Amino acid sequence: MDFLIAIGQYILFLKSVFFKLEKKRIYYSRIIDEINILGMSSIGFVAFISVFVGAVVTLQVAYNMENPLLPTYLIGLSSRDSLILEFSPTMISLVLAGKIGSHIASSIGTMRVTEQIDAMDVMGINSASYLVLPKVVATILINPFLIILSIALGLVGGWLAGDLTGICPTEDYLLGIQYQFIPFNLAYAIIKTIIFAFIITTVCAFFGYTTKGGALEVGQASTQGVVYTSILIIICNYLITNLMLG
Amino acid sequence: MIEIKNISKSFGEKKVLNNLTAKFDKGQINLIIGKSGSGKTMSIKCMLGLQNVDKGSIFFDGIDFTKIKEKERRNIRREIGVVFQGSALFDSMTIEDNVMFPLKMTSGMFSKDMRKRVDFCLERVDLHNVSKLYPSELSGGMQKRVAIARAIALNPKYLFCDEPNSGLDPTTSKVIDNLLKEITYEYNITTVINTHDMNSVLEIGDNIIFIQDGSKKWSGGRDDFLKSNNSELNEFIFSSATFSKLKSIM
Repeated sequence: MDFLIAIGQYILFLKSVFFKLEKKRIYYSRIIDEINILGMSSIGFVAFISVFVGAVVTLQVAYNMENPLLPTYLIGLSSRDSLILEFSPTMISLVLAGKIGSHIASSIGTMRVTEQIDAMDVMGINSASYLVLPKVVATILINPFLIILSIALGLVGGWLAGDLTGICPTEDYLLGIQYQFIPFNLAYAIIKTIIFAFIITTVCAFFGYTTKGGALEVGQASTQGVVYTSILIIICNYLITNLMLG
Repeated sequence: MIEIKNISKSFGEKKVLNNLTAKFDKGQINLIIGKSGSGKTMSIKCMLGLQNVDKGSIFFDGIDFTKIKEKERRNIRREIGVVFQGSALFDSMTIEDNVMFPLKMTSGMFSKDMRKRVDFCLERVDLHNVSKLYPSELSGGMQKRVAIARAIALNPKYLFCDEPNSGLDPTTSKVIDNLLKEITYEYNITTVINTHDMNSVLEIGDNIIFIQDGSKKWSGGRDDFLKSNNSELNEFIFSSATFSKLKSIM
């Protein structure tokens, strides 16, 4: 029963985020700020993870391709497809759920328990829309770029690992990552990323916005937000894959 | 003028407000006093629409706030200034941006005029050279004054203050009390303050409402306050050592 109530509250929350908007010009500057806070500040983190994930994927693929009849360029090809189809969009989104999701839930939760959201409400401002809509738009705009960056750096990481360990020469790796490239796979990755960005911001914001109590409850809201976001990402990942590739 | 009629609010079995009726006059400081947990904050939250009442009516100059649509509610809210217990300043904004926030969001003023208004409001609460600082860089008393500046930025018709003196030393409390008094008289605002600070009651209370267990037990002026025969009020007032001594002198 509580679960159904929570879903109902989430839908009403989304309604107040996307309807009854404030003046449009207010959102523009807020979106730029949020792109900076949520997106740009994640570049280093995403880049670091992507290079190492790319390297590990390449090493694992090579480890599983000991048959001398298989051409070496397949290491590059497999790494590319793994990164585009799964590792970058899903794994980086899960990582971002932890990083930006907890930031969103805790910052909004703190605003709730310190009455800052009440202060906005009594000024006649739609606090849900003012606080959450710019975050949703910002992540939907910036996360696809982060994922493309992640794919690119993952491929660089794979190349470095292959070349430095000698398991896949540069020429073979470059041939592999270009071989039979399907542009639709990239579209699939971006569509997934956009849906995951929406889930990360709205679910975590919902948990923050509905926080009651004090510092302890803010922490709990942040944890719950990240847990539910991760579960939803995994479920949606399956559904989207089934719809688009199944 | 604000009038509340028979408002009740419960959370499960617990009745927080029980048929509370009161009138808050324009141009006067109306105090709601009572013990912790007596329903003071809840009554203010209901008047602000942050909590919906289970029954009863709340009138702002004759308009029933509980019966109007959300859009009309928002229009009334734009005539309300609020000073929250913990000041509720926006941490991520400078002091200037905090005071400018309601102007930016609702007034449609040009930025030059908004800046002038912000400077005026900060001057009015006696704050100088703090506009570029962040709330965390100010003392509790200064934060309260910024909250008052933000509350008066839009020239409100109604001003609500939830425990404006909590956590402040007696000198700063007096500064805040005097400021609220001056602002109320100067701008002819309907001010509703919820407090359990006895000094404030005697210093600035024009109309005083004493509530206990969510209902009104006594109301009157500051002059009648110490002379009342109401046993519950007397128990509340003379529970402090200072007022107990005062009673023995009286």
